[in-house]
Amino acid sequence: MLKDQDRIFQNLYNDLGSDLTSAQKRGDWVNTKEITEKGREWIINEIKDSQLRGRGGAGFPTGLKWSFAPKEVGSRPHYLVINGDESEPGTCKDRDILRFEPHKLIEGCLIASYAIQAHVCYIYIRGEYFVDGQKLQAAIDEAYEKKLIGKNASGTGWDLDIYIHYGAGAYICGEETALLESIEGNKGQPRLKPPFPALIGLYGCPTIINNVETIAVVPTILRRGGKWFASLGREKNTGTKIFCISGNVNNPCNVEEEMNIPLKELIEVHAGGVIGGWNNLQAVIPGGSSMPLIPKEKCETLTMDFDSLVAEKSGLGTAGVVVINKDQDIIKCMARIARFYKHESCGQCTPCREGSGWMWRMLERMAKGEASKDEIEMLGDVTKQIEGHTICAFGEGSSWPVQGLLRHFKDEIKKRNNFDPIVKETQNIPYLVDQHLLDKNA
Amino acid sequence: MSLKRPAKDQPENFEFNSSSLEEANKIISKYPKGKQKSAVMALLYLAQKQNNNWIPLVAMKYIAKLLDMPYIKVYEVATFYSMFNLSPVGKYFIQVCTTTPCMIRGAGKLVEACKEKISENETELLQDKNCSWTEVECLGACVTAPMMQINDDYYEDLDKEKTLEILDKILKDEIPKPGSYRGRINNEPENGRKTLMELKNA
Repeated sequence: MLKDQDRIFQNLYNDLGSDLTSAQKRGDWVNTKEITEKGREWIINEIKDSQLRGRGGAGFPTGLKWSFAPKEVGSRPHYLVINGDESEPGTCKDRDILRFEPHKLIEGCLIASYAIQAHVCYIYIRGEYFVDGQKLQAAIDEAYEKKLIGKNASGTGWDLDIYIHYGAGAYICGEETALLESIEGNKGQPRLKPPFPALIGLYGCPTIINNVETIAVVPTILRRGGKWFASLGREKNTGTKIFCISGNVNNPCNVEEEMNIPLKELIEVHAGGVIGGWNNLQAVIPGGSSMPLIPKEKCETLTMDFDSLVAEKSGLGTAGVVVINKDQDIIKCMARIARFYKHESCGQCTPCREGSGWMWRMLERMAKGEASKDEIEMLGDVTKQIEGHTICAFGEGSSWPVQGLLRHFKDEIKKRNNFDPIVKETQNIPYLVDQHLLDKNA
Repeated sequence: MSLKRPAKDQPENFEFNSSSLEEANKIISKYPKGKQKSAVMALLYLAQKQNNNWIPLVAMKYIAKLLDMPYIKVYEVATFYSMFNLSPVGKYFIQVCTTTPCMIRGAGKLVEACKEKISENETELLQDKNCSWTEVECLGACVTAPMMQINDDYYEDLDKEKTLEILDKILKDEIPKPGSYRGRINNEPENGRKTLMELKNA
């Protein structure tokens, strides 16, 4: 288990209070000026050395992303945008950072803005987190008052304004270009990439978009050194991560742990075990609803990091671990996830708009045992037709969980949906228009 | 995609009152000059707050004029995002999360409670317009599932009895205490916490 002093979010459970004074006691804002004095190159290199990967789901190396920002500010200003549109089912880590560790986020905003030469930072928070957003706003006001941000922020000579922009209940706005569209006052429909936001982003200006957790760990990494962060976890999957363990466990909780922690340890030690014991485990969704589920056999030895989960044809995503035990109907669970995606598709690309509803309807029938044998293959085919044929990754996000179900629980579906679509001769159906479907010789 | 329809009965006029207008100008100043369009979502929220938690079409027209953008663009935004109510909802608007993490911890029971106490149908207003409920997608409090949101506040760690209690209070026009209903603190494990123990005992 990770040592307590290596945990970045000391106030994850709000034992200490989230105000500025207590945050400073924990080490926030202590030597921000000295950090920035070491220069942009140093900051970006240190983040590269730490091998920090984005915590929003895709796991893109943060240092690399920052280095894509133009080195010189041209006629267009640079922007930093923080993605706090946390809506992935199974994930609730950013909310705790917004309400209990706001100063880590704000200080991270200052350092990141300095590194990519942005004077304005927008924090996009999902509309439902209004109360938590108010807490962040209070922390921002406090920071302005103490001159930590604003003109000559923290004495660094850098000007920075931070604004909160509330979303309004659209999952798709967690996709970075949809988020930019949303800030610009449009429907949240993703843009085609390239051009990438680092060159043409918000208002057509160079923009770096990072997840709340990614930015909030930056000050600690720079204070303790990229090497320290890289020493946790394993190569290319370094550092700590907040895991959200929900579903059928005895003590669902958020916990900050080292990358590469065994899944079993996460569930048994931190979350108090599966309800009904480990043997009652059916499957685990390891990284928020978009990631394919993993059946019990593989959970025994699974370690939680980006690459080892990709090797299992799943992904770490946002590290929202949803535990499903044998009391649940796995097909129903996945049908509900498919309904989520049907509801949240932005409607821009046809394969996703039509396919997400199609998958949901088929799964609903499969859960009730009303689907025919053929439809099982058809469902797999539909997921393949969505995946990779859409502008944004929502297509993958909606089809992967269904593919995961088909990969691991196909027998279960077959058992329940076992009838043949072709009507057999014994059934005399006078109103059947397609008489040729009747198998005359059988 | 979710389907949203504006209400049939629409008011004739809408205008921001002075405090909303002041707030609106403050919001517009957050965005660069000429990009005032960015404020449209925040302004729709303001309109919704001022108009008993729903947005009439005239308010969209008003906001379009205020931000110097086409009405249809405002309409697009208002219909796209699920948190903008285009028809009247209750003074207490209850949103029950029923996505998978909540579902497997018994969100169905919460829906049952709402059906018993409020109305059989979603988004149906009670006679006194005090209360309505709806099922929503993930509200981002999966660790404290099942949960629901009443106006801005989260009510977490619920079961059927506790939901009935909360609804009873609301029907009496009292605001129940938000947060966890099993007495747990934030998102820590309820018992057997293993991390940051020194801080807990400090």
